[in-house]
This record gives sequence, C-alpha cells and structure tokens, in this order.
Amino acid sequence: MRIVVLMKPVPDPASGGERLGPDGRLDRNSVPAVVNGNDEYALEAALKLVEAHGGEVVLLSMAPANAPETMRKALAMGAATGVLVTDPALEGSCAVSTAKVLAAALTTVECDLVLAGVDTSDGVGGVVGPAIATLTGLPLLSYATVIEPDPGAGTVRVRRISPTGYDLLEAPMPALITCTQALGEPRYPSLKGIMGARNKEIVTRSLADLGLDGATVGGAVTTTSILATASPPGRGATRVIREAPDEAARQVVAYLAERKII
Amino acid sequence: MGAIWVIAEPSATGGLATISAEIATLGRSLAATSGRELVGIVIAADPAGAAAELAAYLPNVRSVAEPAAQGHAWATLAAQHVAALAQADPPDLILIGAGLDGRDVAGVVSALTGLGVLANAVSLSWTDGGPAVEMSIFGGKFVTTCVFTGGRGIVTVRPKVVEAEPAPAGGAVTAVASGATLDLPAVPVVDRVSEAGAAVSIEEARIIVAGGRGVGGPEGFGLVGELAAALGGAVGASRAAVDSGWIPYAQQIGQTGKIVKPQLYLALGISGAIQHKVGMQTAGTIVAVNRDPDAPIAEFADVLVIGDLFEVGPALLGELRARAG
Repeated sequence: MRIVVLMKPVPDPASGGERLGPDGRLDRNSVPAVVNGNDEYALEAALKLVEAHGGEVVLLSMAPANAPETMRKALAMGAATGVLVTDPALEGSCAVSTAKVLAAALTTVECDLVLAGVDTSDGVGGVVGPAIATLTGLPLLSYATVIEPDPGAGTVRVRRISPTGYDLLEAPMPALITCTQALGEPRYPSLKGIMGARNKEIVTRSLADLGLDGATVGGAVTTTSILATASPPGRGATRVIREAPDEAARQVVAYLAERKII
Repeated sequence: MGAIWVIAEPSATGGLATISAEIATLGRSLAATSGRELVGIVIAADPAGAAAELAAYLPNVRSVAEPAAQGHAWATLAAQHVAALAQADPPDLILIGAGLDGRDVAGVVSALTGLGVLANAVSLSWTDGGPAVEMSIFGGKFVTTCVFTGGRGIVTVRPKVVEAEPAPAGGAVTAVASGATLDLPAVPVVDRVSEAGAAVSIEEARIIVAGGRGVGGPEGFGLVGELAAALGGAVGASRAAVDSGWIPYAQQIGQTGKIVKPQLYLALGISGAIQHKVGMQTAGTIVAVNRDPDAPIAEFADVLVIGDLFEVGPALLGELRARAG
C-alpha cells in the first residue's frame, strides 16, 4: 500500500511566544514550527498500516520554503519521502486555496489512501480534508478512530466518531481519511530514523509545476481576511486554597454554592 | 441581498441537534441587524421531524428529502444539496455548527462553491462588508475578527455561543428539491455502534469533572466519576490520561479532543498545558486541584486547591454528599 499523509508545519502550540505582524497574521519567526499534532497521529496510523500490509508512506505538505526542517522529523518517524509544495504566491492562502493546491498535488502521486489530521492547531477549521476529498472525488471517511483496509478487496473500513459511539464506514480505495488522536500515540523517531531522514528525498514543487498560478490560488485570491486582533480580557485573580483537605473541600463547596453552581 | 442560512444537523436520535437550535437563535438576531431573510435548511432521509423542530426557531425552513442519508454518511450528501441550493439562490451567509458533521459539511460546500470558511465563531456581527466573525486563536491568547473578502461565506459556530430560544411565532416548512446531482461518492454506514461511556456528551454537560496525568491510572478515574456523579456532571480527561489508555478518547478535552464550555470545570491532577487550556478556558468557573502551585492551570483557574487529589477529592465528595443530605 502507498499512503499519502498530509502534513502541516504549525507554530508550536506549547511555545506561548506568538506575536502578530502588522497585518494581524502570525509572525512565523516568533514561534518554532512543529508537525501539526493531529497530523502526527495520522502519520503514526499510516506507518502502522504499511508495517502490517507492506508499502510506504509519502508526506505531502504545502508550506513555506523552510518547511523541510519540520518534514525531516516526520521522515525520521518512518515516512519514505516527502513532497513539498511551496511558492511565494501561496503566502496568505485561505482554506479554499490550500485544498485546491493539495488536491492538485495529490493527482501527481499514486496512492491507496490519503490520511490527514482532522484539523490543525493553528487554523482549527477542520475543513481542508473534506474539501480535498471533494476536489479529488475521493470518498471522505472522517474522524477515524480505527482504520482497517482490506487490500485484497480494495476496500477500507473506518470507525467514525458518532455522538453515541461510532459509525462503521466502508469505501473503495483510494479514499481520504481524516484522523483523530484515538488512532494511537505517535512514536518517537529512533536515532537510526533521525540519521536516515537526512538522506530521504523531499521533492519541491511550485504552483507552475502543478499547472496552477497565483491568479487562481494563493494569497491574492484569499476568501477571508483579518479585520482586527485583540487580547481577550483576563479571567481575574485566582483564589488559592492551601488548607487541609476537609477545610479546602468545605471552602470549594461554599464557593460553588455562593455562585449557585450547585 | 442574499439570505442567512442555518444548516440543521441531525442529533443522535435523528431529531434536531442542540447546536442547530442555538445557531438558529443566533441567526435571528443577525437577520434583524442585517435586514436579511433567515432560512433553515434540513436535509435528511425523512426531514419532517427535524424541520418541524427547527421551525420553532426561525421563520422559514426548506426541507430536502434525501433517501440515501438513511444508510450513508450524512455530511457529504447534505453538503451537495446545500451547494446546489446555494448555486440557484446564493445566500450571503451559511451558518453551521463547528462540530464533526458541521465541519465536514463546511469543507465540502466550500470546495463545491468556492465560498470561504471562517471557523469556530464565538460571536458574529454584520458590517458594511458582510458578516464579521470573532474567534479565539492560539489557545485564547488573541481574539481575532475576520471577514470574507467577497462579503459572503460559510461560518462554523462553536457550541453555546447563545442559548437556544424558540421564536415568538413558529415558522413555515416548505419541502424543496435542490437539483443536486450527487456526483461525490456516498459512503455506506455498515453499522452504527453505541458504546458505554459515550452516552454523556461532554460538549453539552453543564458540569465537567476532568482528570489528568495526576489521576495516576484507570482506578483514579473512579474518583473522578464519583465526583462527576455527585455534581450531576460528565467526566472529561486530558490528552495524557487518554494516551495512557485510562479513559476513552471521546472524553478528551483540548486541542486534539473536544472544546467545552461548561458552567463548572473541576480539573483534578491536570497541569493545564496550553493544549488542554484551548479546550476548556471559556468554562464559566474553573476549579483546579493540583499538588503543584506553579502548574500552568494556576494562571487561569478561578480557584486552585493546592493538595493531593486523592485527599481533596474524597473530602469534596463527603462535603457534596453531606450537602445533598
């Protein structure tokens, strides 16, 4: 099986150092980039699938030109190669453009499955995966907690989170699956993996390579823009209780009763 | 001037999802300030029930019967109908919930129509240039206001932005055909499985008691569960507890889990790393029990009890039970 994993370098959510530029967008120099959390779960799921069924994992990313640094970490986890779509015209792209570009890039890679995180920690829209499935005509299997391909039959079954448990979905391959954390914790790259990743190939493609141009996708045709950004009001001071457990419990319950929460 | 549409999502029982009633309520005030028509769209195998429910919240409901929704994944089917309806009669704003189905629908409609998406609205207003959407970004560090460059688009709305409130007068339901050609592959639902523990939806819970790494193991969640029961709330968890296999993913709160807004959030043994904070910082009241006075949660909890959760937790239980008599 060949599995493409869509991967986005995102500002490290744990860094806390985010600064905004004059345009109201994130100053990407203010925060180190990491692999998007949900994409790591997607990659882990893909690696387990190729371990069980054979094949390889290919990373696909649309990102600034310095993205290979972040892609190397995903390659160190075990992906075979990477494809990076990068172009100055893509700066400031909205979800619509992102989906168009990644859909176009997917037509250049033959695969059985496309896996993506359900959302990214910076955009948190959760719409790019479904939009790519739409543009490529692939069946959409979203919010996966379990992925079970049947390569012989050429089908894949996915458990999708439902309000009361899960729905078992089935589709022919290739299909696009959006991945949740329930698929299992991502592995740490081994030293061997890290060493090996240095020599793995990352193919770079421009918009022109994909037959697209900056007049139809990218920052020039963004569908959304930022009007203003502000810091939210704080929550107020924290009341700290250091008393012994019984007294602490009494104070907490009194506090909740005062606020009519209980 | 285009209308404002509210796309109804199905609830677990096939009725109207709570989020859709909330968004319909929100839509009424937007329609009033913008002078636009408000329309609800219901797509289901048998849309009559949900359409009647939605009509209690807004003046006009268009219902589309889609027999395939019975045995297939709903979002892609629904989105194709929405896109076809939007092609015939372009709305200025399409509102839908920021949950699983809503995000799927927003993505597919966006790809089919080219309309942009603004995600996770916590507030909406109307400007000369169309809808303006407020959302919280980078773990609540900033609140940003965004608009559509073309003045029209799709907005996904967070749960509990407003409380659902029926309209003074009920609306009318009209059955329509969307003219959608349904070119996208329909994905069969082979089985619908209920799982124990998933019954209490943490997004809708008024009170959540959540456990983290400090809970120490699956046994520790017994105490978390008892406290939740005593408070009439639901059990939540941090990513550390879920990754350790102590509790199902469905209960996870945070960046890679669910975003919740309960009236009370009681955090036991949760340090409050940014990834967790993202999921619960808008709770009405946050009470934390932690041994570490310097844990990040100390910075945004309303009350921090410094102590061992296995001592404070049982004491809280005793106090709550004594109060309940």
